[in-house]
Amino acid sequence: MLKKRIIPCLDVDRGRVVKGVNFVDLIDAGDPVEQAKIYNSEGADELCFLDITASSDDRETLFEVVKKTAENCFIPLTVGGGVRTIDDISRLLHHGADKVSINTAAVENIDLVAKAAKKYGSSTIVIAVDAKKNGDNSWNIFTHGGRKPTDIDALEYCIEVANLGAGEILLTSMDRDGTKKGFDNELLSTVSSSIDIPVIASGGVGNLEHFVEGVLKGGASALLAASIFHFGEYSIKDVKTYLAEQNIAVRI
Amino acid sequence: MKLVIINYGSGNLHSVHKAFEAVNNNLENPYEIIVTNTPSEILNADKLVLPGVGAFQDCKNAIHKIDGLFESLEQLVIGEKKAFMGICVGMQLLAEKSLEFGECEGFGWIPGEVIKIEAPADYKIPHMGWNEVTFRNHELLNNISQNTDFYFVHSYYFRTQKNENCIATTKYPNSITAAVLKENIFGTQFHPEKSHNNGKQIITNFLEWEPS
Repeated sequence: MLKKRIIPCLDVDRGRVVKGVNFVDLIDAGDPVEQAKIYNSEGADELCFLDITASSDDRETLFEVVKKTAENCFIPLTVGGGVRTIDDISRLLHHGADKVSINTAAVENIDLVAKAAKKYGSSTIVIAVDAKKNGDNSWNIFTHGGRKPTDIDALEYCIEVANLGAGEILLTSMDRDGTKKGFDNELLSTVSSSIDIPVIASGGVGNLEHFVEGVLKGGASALLAASIFHFGEYSIKDVKTYLAEQNIAVRI
Repeated sequence: MKLVIINYGSGNLHSVHKAFEAVNNNLENPYEIIVTNTPSEILNADKLVLPGVGAFQDCKNAIHKIDGLFESLEQLVIGEKKAFMGICVGMQLLAEKSLEFGECEGFGWIPGEVIKIEAPADYKIPHMGWNEVTFRNHELLNNISQNTDFYFVHSYYFRTQKNENCIATTKYPNSITAAVLKENIFGTQFHPEKSHNNGKQIITNFLEWEPS
């Protein structure tokens, strides 16, 4: 049976982890490569780096981080943040990313989705969607790291990018992000039941039960979390053990 | 001994290269690993690896665009029976044809065709993530337990004409070919380079394999 994937996400700024785990044995807690290695050995199914470096001059550091991670971690690595052109995608893949996540650039230039999927294969292209509720069963998407509102309907947008060849949707609830109240399962199930491609749940996970709900209520194929792992509240293994106890298939 | 990883611009080339390097460094007699698309270098190889992601036709066109590349592969694999491993689309290319985006001819080294995964509506396509693999005993699957998880990403699969060429399967929920084998030609639908320790074991097995 296909397993539900658990994906830890690291925010990386100028090549350094912003919110990292305080692992006891870590020589350099700010080194994304060191953190990635730990998640890798703990049984993470994939890894995700979100580059939040503001200045494009400092972005070169990311490529080095991606390269070193790929040399050490033999599980899929998704990299997102500031991906705007085919050339950006190409450079990330060349340095060892397996998938590239695109957010704002896909909204501003929807042709990029089809072009990228055709050039590198759907499985390589993840579309990241930041959605905020604006009424009953209705969500709008935001761009620029959640700072800029749009009047684009989240469900319609997800259907469109899926048709254009996106391989996966990384769906973040802005209402839930950072709240620890659980995923927005209404948003997840609305999108997941309307498209064929996998949906990765993101935003709001605060305890083990939330992971279960993301699968059973949200219909997510994968579950992404950042702070719950970073602050050491739960390990990847804790999450997987709990999911397995609830009869959800995970890779142990 | 030389192991050549074919470089034709495939997106997973780097990952494949790094995984083979990591495994190779632990061997008693490591290979010289060369990443190239130059036919003269390929013809000196003892083992060959063909990565591949994306669309079947794009991969095939990219290979045929490089002068003499396909011919050198054919000479080595079919003529000289050197050990070959295809990964993902690099494995699908071994088929006679693919039905992805219309019909497209493959290498035709293993009888069968590449067709769309048929699954009930509530199954997501692409088949993406870790899934259990069951297999027939073979040295290429040494030290792997039945029902071990490997990482898959694909929407099409290789339906071999002969059962004997399909040595491993996974379920989604129907049976899907996970690995093929014909004499010196081996291929995996899953990505050993992304399947953590079990993936490394498959790579180790391939490096130690001496097809008779």
